[in-house]
Amino acid sequence: MLGLNKKDSVLLLVVTLLAICAPFILNPFPTGSAMAQFNAGYPDLMQRFVIFGIFAIGFNILFGLTGYLSFGHAAFLGVGSYSAVWMFKLLSMNIIPAITLSVLVAGVFALLIGYVSLRRSGIYFAILTLAFAQMSFNLAYSVLTPITNGETGLQLALDDPRILDAAPANAGSLPYPSLFGFEMSDTYIMSAGAWQFQFSVGYYVCAIVLLVSFYLAMRLFRSPFGMMLRAIKSNQQRMNYTGLNARPYALAAFVISGMYAGLAGGLMASMDPLAGAERMQWTASGEVVLMTILGGAGTLIGPVLGAGFIKYFENIFSKINDNILHQWFAFMPDGIEDIMVTIVHPFIGKGWHLTLGILFMLVVTFLPGGLVEGGQRIGRLFRRRKTGRNDNADSTDSTKKPAE
Amino acid sequence: MDAIILQILNGLDKGSAYALIALGLTLIFGTLGVVNFAHGALFMIGAFCAVTFSKILHSSYTVIDETKTDFLGNPLKVDMTYVEKWFGNAAGGTILDWAVPLSILFAIPVMIIIGFVMERGLIKHFYTRPHADQILVTFGLAIVLQELIKYFYGANPIPTGAPEMFRGSFDFGALLGFDANTIIYPYWRLVYFVFSAVIIGAVFSFLRFTTFGMVVRAGMADRETVGLLGININKRFTLMFGMAAAVAGLAGVMYAPINSPNYHMGMDFLVLSFVVVVVGGMGSLPGAVLAGFLLGILESFASMNEIKSILPGIDQIIIYLVAIIILLTRPRGLMGRKGVMEE
Amino acid sequence: MGILEVKGVNKRFGGLQALGDVNLDVAENSVHAIIGPNGAGKSTLLNCLVGKLIPDTGSVMFEGQSVLGRKPYEINQMGISRVFQTPEIFGDLTVLENMMIPCFAKRDGAFRMHAFEHSFNEKGIIEHAEAMLEDMNMADKRNEHSASMSRGDKRRLEIAMCLAQDPKLLLLDEPTAGMARADTNNTIDLLKRIKSEREITIAIIEHDMHVVFSLAERITVLAQGSPLVEDTPENIKGHPKVREAYLGEAAA
Repeated sequence: MLGLNKKDSVLLLVVTLLAICAPFILNPFPTGSAMAQFNAGYPDLMQRFVIFGIFAIGFNILFGLTGYLSFGHAAFLGVGSYSAVWMFKLLSMNIIPAITLSVLVAGVFALLIGYVSLRRSGIYFAILTLAFAQMSFNLAYSVLTPITNGETGLQLALDDPRILDAAPANAGSLPYPSLFGFEMSDTYIMSAGAWQFQFSVGYYVCAIVLLVSFYLAMRLFRSPFGMMLRAIKSNQQRMNYTGLNARPYALAAFVISGMYAGLAGGLMASMDPLAGAERMQWTASGEVVLMTILGGAGTLIGPVLGAGFIKYFENIFSKINDNILHQWFAFMPDGIEDIMVTIVHPFIGKGWHLTLGILFMLVVTFLPGGLVEGGQRIGRLFRRRKTGRNDNADSTDSTKKPAE
Repeated sequence: MDAIILQILNGLDKGSAYALIALGLTLIFGTLGVVNFAHGALFMIGAFCAVTFSKILHSSYTVIDETKTDFLGNPLKVDMTYVEKWFGNAAGGTILDWAVPLSILFAIPVMIIIGFVMERGLIKHFYTRPHADQILVTFGLAIVLQELIKYFYGANPIPTGAPEMFRGSFDFGALLGFDANTIIYPYWRLVYFVFSAVIIGAVFSFLRFTTFGMVVRAGMADRETVGLLGININKRFTLMFGMAAAVAGLAGVMYAPINSPNYHMGMDFLVLSFVVVVVGGMGSLPGAVLAGFLLGILESFASMNEIKSILPGIDQIIIYLVAIIILLTRPRGLMGRKGVMEE
Repeated sequence: MGILEVKGVNKRFGGLQALGDVNLDVAENSVHAIIGPNGAGKSTLLNCLVGKLIPDTGSVMFEGQSVLGRKPYEINQMGISRVFQTPEIFGDLTVLENMMIPCFAKRDGAFRMHAFEHSFNEKGIIEHAEAMLEDMNMADKRNEHSASMSRGDKRRLEIAMCLAQDPKLLLLDEPTAGMARADTNNTIDLLKRIKSEREITIAIIEHDMHVVFSLAERITVLAQGSPLVEDTPENIKGHPKVREAYLGEAAA
């Protein structure tokens, strides 16, 4: 299907199904029940899953395939956001020109930074990209205020020209980003018994973009180009002595991955039309590194999983407070209950970053392949058990199929 | 002329901090081959050692002061610190006043222990892993340390004062024969600079004149050969890590009065210190110190109004700009050795 | 005129004269060995041929064109392939993928943006790669992770990868270093077979005299950065200067 082999087609189909049904899948608990806090099926959060998924897919094209660790990818996301908001201000509230410009500007920006940074590799490359990103961040905060609106962030205003848009009927309020008349914030709420499911235009636009991005990344992974990128990571020396010029390959990967980041930034601005410099800060770059590693760098589905995982738990953990903890541990004797709450307390609510840091250290130390590798290990364990049982039942079969 | 001297002086304190952090980074990188993204966090923890120590010193109990009464005529309750109780009011007051410098005594063992635990517990498992993994795991550690500090001390900066006699400024220009009030310089910044110079001197003479230092320097030059000599370098490198942690910690302790400690100061300094290391030359100790001061001073020059009016925003990016230019034209840095981290 | 001509090449590293006035002429379709004691400058010379180092003076011509100042990948595209002392392969990739990369390099040149085709739908490439593996008796290993193979297999794969590009000149840097005798003999047989089956020139740097005398048609002896003699293997064997260079003052 679509130039993919069977396994990849299945993966794409699964991702498509998940994306379409996300409003159901992520809302398994009835509204108002005690477990409703674990629901994630509301548009704002689902959009974040998808947007950061796109960002991480793009980052993975660079880091996962070529091994070049960029610590400045948030700069491209920020540039994308600014471009999109400017398009909303000047041209039209339609998201297509906005996102197109985001991708293009981020691409050009990535070309410039990549051209310079890729002259070095390893830790020098990481520091160069970090330096460029911090420079962009500092400039966005200070001198470039006319373009970025400094600390306040770039926002829509009532007197923006928006030359393509007809004067809105309700001239007193800010317009919303839209796609041919469908406003991104439009949401249809379906009630089914105690459950409530929300279908938002914005989410489905993001989901379609994610699927296209995922499909393109898949094609790229399986292409000769993708193979060359893996060759860069594996052995650049051999590559050079095999008549291949590694530099343009790495630069192309860098630009593509920068464009993905710009796309994510543009989408982010399309869902909520404002852009701030903090999106470019290096902690934001660190976050996408975390997502990719946590999910599994170099795998197709890993970055999407990592992004979803981090954004979901960020949301859930931030909402848990001591009252909820007391409910959870209520079955324990009072003294122990209090101790448990005290122990868990630093990791929840505002302490989410602490949990994230610890999780990240554990993953890098014990599971460098991320969640995907974890899944594979569990799968293998499971299979081994199975063959183990077969051993007892039929010993001749197991010799043919040694457990791997 | 006086303006130039003023900018040089203004750059010294930041430059000293960069130099001290970069020195530790280089020691760790040169000996252990590990890129430590958590080094800024050690600097931050040092600053919080000062905060903690002065909190401990200020721990107090309530006494009823019979000599004074509040407006209702009841005897007044006052807080009495244990330090004042034990040492008397005068001596106790001096001790409290000198809390920050005294924290050094507290910070050294704390930082060395933190360094040991970090190296034995985490870093040692990453010696043979790729640099990317080292960056990532220490980055995670930096987040954890930063969040722990935030949890215990809150997100707001905690003002921590210098001793009374070092507060305020003096007219440095008058000493040099300029007109009065041309170069006003805070006492504590001068103290910080002198302190850093002493620490840097101590580290260098330690490496130069002790057997331990000799082994470390040999290890930096050629790790495998030293290992073959039958010297247990791993043990020494653990000590080395403790030392680097202590240097970063001390830099943080003394920086507390200049910049009220907050939980993200480590990250802020880390990024710049890495740039300093790269500019100085990966693996070169003198390079790290030189580049630290150079970039600190350069940053201070770039924030002069005369320069900013020509190149707006240059003060925000000057360090990064210099790093980019150095990396592209002289990848080894100012004083880097051949073959360190090159392809 | 030979396929590879080195004239008056000098290279200094600081105070050390690594190569002093090296002249070398490798005849087309010959097997030319470069031997010499440790530190004689063999590897430096090789690195000058493939673009890793640039000589201070002198010229290196391949088929009448200068290679100096060209990048390693450009020199490779001219028709020079290099086999390393420790096998350099793409360890993260499977054997077949390893084999496909030089096939792509031969077909598409140094860079081509091939981001939408599926690698394994490239019929010509797959056939070429599989034929090469078949030829090397490695077809059964096609899906193996190349990093986990034995050193001998890695060496065979590396040679196969170089041959897939159909080079005019194959440079081998101590191809049997660190190999057991049996593996060494296999490699000799392999190189002999390659030579008999294709139109190819082979230049080999080697320590092992057994390998040199089984393969070489011409031998150049390097000592202290300069060529001592160049002759046929028979004449080299008894040459007094060579004995002196190898056995040092003790024999002199």
